[in-house]
Amino acid sequence: MPFEYAPAPESRAVVDLRPSYGLFVDGEFTAGSGTFTTVNPATEEVLAEVAEAGPADVDRAVAAARRAFGPWSALPARERGKYLFRIARILQERSRELAVLESLDNGKPIRESRDVDIPLAAAYFFYYAGWADKLGYAGLGPDPRPLGVAGQVIPWNFPLLMLSWKIAPALATGNTVVLKPAETTPLTALLFAEICRQADLPPGVVNIVTGAGATGQALVSHPGIDKIAFTGSTEVGKQIARSVAGTSKKVTLELGGKAANIVFDDAPMDQAVEGIVNGIFFNQGHVCCAGSRLLVQESAYDEVLERLKRRLGTLRLGDPLDKNTDVGAINSAAQLDRIRELSDAGDAEGAERWSPPCALPDRGFWFPPTVFTGVTQAHRIAREEVFGPVLSVLTFRTPAEAVEKANNTPYGLSAGVWSDKGSRALWTASKLRAGVVWQNTFNRFDPASPFGGFKESGYGREGGRHGLEAYLDV
Amino acid sequence: MSDRLGVRKTYKLYLGGTFPRSESGRSYSVSGASGEFLANAALGSRKDVRDAVVAARAAFGGWSGATAYNRGQVLYRVAELLEGRRDQFAAEVATSEGLSAAEALRVVDAAVDRWVWYAGWTDKIAQVHGGANPVAGPYLNISTPEPTGVVGVVAPRESSLLGLVSVVAPAVATGNTTVVLASETRPLPAVTLAEVLATSDVPGGVINLITGRVAETAPRLASHRDVNAIDLTGAPADLATALEVAAADNLKRVLRRPPSEPDWTADPGLGRLTAYLETKTVWHPIGV
Repeated sequence: MPFEYAPAPESRAVVDLRPSYGLFVDGEFTAGSGTFTTVNPATEEVLAEVAEAGPADVDRAVAAARRAFGPWSALPARERGKYLFRIARILQERSRELAVLESLDNGKPIRESRDVDIPLAAAYFFYYAGWADKLGYAGLGPDPRPLGVAGQVIPWNFPLLMLSWKIAPALATGNTVVLKPAETTPLTALLFAEICRQADLPPGVVNIVTGAGATGQALVSHPGIDKIAFTGSTEVGKQIARSVAGTSKKVTLELGGKAANIVFDDAPMDQAVEGIVNGIFFNQGHVCCAGSRLLVQESAYDEVLERLKRRLGTLRLGDPLDKNTDVGAINSAAQLDRIRELSDAGDAEGAERWSPPCALPDRGFWFPPTVFTGVTQAHRIAREEVFGPVLSVLTFRTPAEAVEKANNTPYGLSAGVWSDKGSRALWTASKLRAGVVWQNTFNRFDPASPFGGFKESGYGREGGRHGLEAYLDV
Repeated sequence: MSDRLGVRKTYKLYLGGTFPRSESGRSYSVSGASGEFLANAALGSRKDVRDAVVAARAAFGGWSGATAYNRGQVLYRVAELLEGRRDQFAAEVATSEGLSAAEALRVVDAAVDRWVWYAGWTDKIAQVHGGANPVAGPYLNISTPEPTGVVGVVAPRESSLLGLVSVVAPAVATGNTTVVLASETRPLPAVTLAEVLATSDVPGGVINLITGRVAETAPRLASHRDVNAIDLTGAPADLATALEVAAADNLKRVLRRPPSEPDWTADPGLGRLTAYLETKTVWHPIGV
């Protein structure tokens, strides 16, 4: 029996969208070398025109960050920390505005931007603010030094949250930054620039350059930066790793994943089904650590699939600003093409596709929650990162088989284990080659918790005490 | 002087716990610091590198799965055996590096002590480098360091024993397995170290040792898809950048070549232990 919901849209009035946005360099908004538009993926409406940074603009931004580095790193650490506390507070004060803007620009449900993205972004600033004057106690030596100017490139799936993962630890450790947000989601980063001004952050400490891949490449290959922090595809991560060969640039890479979510037959089934849904349909599956490969023990397969399909029938897809919405829009036409192509490959290779009855809006970029059964390890949908609401279901008989299948991927970012038997869950977690393992939960994030991958999911950790190391000369 | 003719040693590779010659059948002449002939060492090939990686991968499960206490015991025993061969190592280091007998002995003693230092780290690094994280929710959240996997080591060119020990011991202490390219011009102490390893309790395949031309073998190691990390400390200057580029193909963790060979007598710090560690963070809900 489907529930009827009245629409409950969050008001857009809280956001003051400007027709055009400049680059944020040296504390000022300035013109770039060109412009591009950013659209609302739920409606294809143009939201704003945004400046595109060319090599000369990147050069200006790096120079500004370099000038700011000396005074910023020489500031008493306590004062640096207080700037970050200020920023954290302003993020909280303007949280609804940021949440609505994030959902408009990204397509994610307001429930997620309001309850996850923005509160966590503020929490990262709070967490690292407190580290600023305690670095000597971090176990990284008595007086660890900042690296200098950090070039940071972030993806479109959690725009402001990824910004906070990058900027908070960089600033706390005394570095200055030039950050490039993704070309499809630049708006919350530009609002963050305004927040830096409200906080009286010294000019040049944070610079935001908008643009596409070419801007990112100009930034990471710039000789004036000392540190690269990149979150994005494994392919681009490898290019960056090649490009820094022979330099002294320090690099952290947070790349793709193809996480296994392992459900044993002694799992707490209600929680497991919620965890499977949260694992792959949270943020439309636009999550590098998404639980995109469901590994179910054969003896529990029928029960899990039946419950899962019933639960997916209750998901509500549609207007991201509606507070009842569970599944929002796909972020871009290009990403929708990629999801369609891989799903079609799933059909062609012999897996069986299923989606709940689900009407898609006429305009915008949409893809229904999709489950493939009968998937083998050789199928592309079991090997390649779809980065969309597409779940591949495989089965196993023994714990050893589950671990072998889970580890049978070049990636190693995350994994899930569902079992109420503690010893079995811990054994499985110890055998998984993944940087984050969620036992009887999934997709939990916290500023105190290190995040990052094994193998081709990248190197370095973000979050926690471990996240400081990436920005210090240790 | 006795007129007895000495029995010379054949210096071979150390792969998977055995001492084969190079599959290529080749060898090269090794000279002492003053140019005198010392031995014909095995000239390792690209196939030897691949075989060594297979052996290291096969040994990884057992070695990384051993308890940290057990790894500490095994590695401490290596130090005991090194100490027992003190004079032999001193003689080889002296001829290889052109040191006086007294200087060479000091180097050997430092190498033994370095090995003991790292043996003691096996069951402590997880407490120093990991721990519980206070997350904002009802979860137990624990970060533990785990070994990266198979580590390729281009050993230092100058310091044939202390430098070698200083780069190999930290990699294996944390549970990694290794493929080591010994100093090209000073490989003999490395082969003798392999004899110590073979008679200790270190499982075959945990440390594999290849002698030969680094310019020939290092590119194979750097581009090998089943190697997870590479230490370029002893890489030739003109090759280091190309090796780092090759290592990016499967995102190996790279320890870059320092501008000049480090002072191996200095406090090594934790850098070489943490270079080949991956932090794994496990979440578990708390509730009734």
